[in-house]
Amino acid sequence: MAGTKVRGRLSGPALPRTTLSWQLATVTAVRTETATVRTIELNAAEWAGHRAGQHLDVRLTAEDGYRAERSYSIASAPGEPPAITVQRLDDGEVSPYLTEELRAGDELELRGPIGGYFVWDAAGAASPLLLAAGGSGIVPLRSILRHREQAGATVPVRLLYSVRSLPDVIYRDEIDGYDADGVSVTYALTRQQPAGWTGHRGRVDGALLADIAWPKSSPGDDEPVAYVCGPTAFVESIAEHLTKLGYPPRRVKTERFGGAGGP
Amino acid sequence: MDTLDGNAIGGLLHEVFGTEMTAAVGTCANCGATFPVAEFSVFLRAPGTVARCRNCLAVLMVIVSARGMNCVDLRGLAELAGA
Amino acid sequence: MSPVSRGFHGRRRDDVAPERVPPGQYVTTDFPVLSAGPTPHVDTGQWTFSIRRAGSVLKTWTWQEMRALPAETVTTDIHCVTRWSKLDTRWEAVSMDTLLEQAGAEAAFVLAFSDGGYTTDLPIADVTGGQAWLAYGYDGAPLEPEHGGPARLLVPHLYFWKSAKWVRGLELIDHDEPGFWETYGYHMYGDPWREQRYAGD
Repeated sequence: MAGTKVRGRLSGPALPRTTLSWQLATVTAVRTETATVRTIELNAAEWAGHRAGQHLDVRLTAEDGYRAERSYSIASAPGEPPAITVQRLDDGEVSPYLTEELRAGDELELRGPIGGYFVWDAAGAASPLLLAAGGSGIVPLRSILRHREQAGATVPVRLLYSVRSLPDVIYRDEIDGYDADGVSVTYALTRQQPAGWTGHRGRVDGALLADIAWPKSSPGDDEPVAYVCGPTAFVESIAEHLTKLGYPPRRVKTERFGGAGGP
Repeated sequence: MDTLDGNAIGGLLHEVFGTEMTAAVGTCANCGATFPVAEFSVFLRAPGTVARCRNCLAVLMVIVSARGMNCVDLRGLAELAGA
Repeated sequence: MSPVSRGFHGRRRDDVAPERVPPGQYVTTDFPVLSAGPTPHVDTGQWTFSIRRAGSVLKTWTWQEMRALPAETVTTDIHCVTRWSKLDTRWEAVSMDTLLEQAGAEAAFVLAFSDGGYTTDLPIADVTGGQAWLAYGYDGAPLEPEHGGPARLLVPHLYFWKSAKWVRGLELIDHDEPGFWETYGYHMYGDPWREQRYAGD
């Protein structure tokens, strides 16, 4: 590390210094969200709670000792037991197991919660939120929305959710339910639209974002904050559009997911 | 294969540094750009983890986990500042 | 000791003759893409391969010149230090012996260098004697960029990090110098059959 100046306390003020260890969790329930997406609810005895937007790491071990590890955003709100929502990737090694084989009563190892950047806390929140999700990128944003509702926060939210087709929307009823609650929802259906669809068709473009993003205002509590999550290409495209709309980089938080299955 | 970001190695970094690191801010020793660790360009599927500067692609961090130890090289960072 | 995850197998094949699988490896039918950096995209019109020593170029080939050299189809097993092995991979390649002979080069070691800055070191004895190639085709098609195209080093008797993707040449050196992964503790030689993954193995 010679030559790297390390300044300040590396632990953030809102996060206590904790040891991140692997712990055994039990699957309490599995719920089908769409044809390829499933939510897995977990009970972990040593779970210390989490913030909206954080993720956890899952580790699987085969009989011969072979191990695989993946990260999944936490779908549940702070205060709720940890839950993850997993999309089955056709060529995946872990996701087919989690979405098809795993059942209530099974155990898996996890560690978490992880993350101090892509997080949102209702306490003290004042900035309008722009949430942009591509495919399974909705998962951490749903944790944010759930947390906002449970905490009784009133910051206005605009959600842009880009998916291939309407059946691919995860948490549809719940999201539509937020519509009356200061959350304005825009779906962009990129590949297939139902008859009579008047919403956006095709990929999210600059024009759509200019339409729905909060106009940039002067720095202060009411300067909007954007959370963008999904496949890398989606995240980079949205982040670029937001930069062009004048959003400063520090007000655009990004989380890139790997794998295909995006919009 | 997609390039990820520092969020994807949050767990590994916590293991290495003993604390949450994705919100820490790094300064690239090559071009001077500053980013939160979460915004580093990360290459995960390799014999080790390589984090690069999003601006100039210079290597910022390399972490190799072997034999129960993590070998960490931060020479690509001029500075790493906590929140 | 981690508890076993019921019903989890991973994506591996078990029905393989054990003598083909080095210790600690498992066989896959995929071709995983591992990289330390973004995939370079190089136009074969700009591509060259050089053999250098102490800053001087001994010989350079353009793409056309390289493709005019005698080539062969190589069918071989490959072994990655991250524990996957892939059997019977098929490559179209020029033997490194041909290139080194044409350069008239002698040295104890080579440092292979690639677009994007990657390097790896090998003894000259391991890139000659029919053990190493410059590969530009995989499975009957041009080698894709994510797998190292337009051309990569192919040295299948060593762990696959030694088969540098996007290779642009060899630097002839007298003393072994660690390349990219070797600098971070990976073994200088890397024989999968002696499980030489890390320094000191």
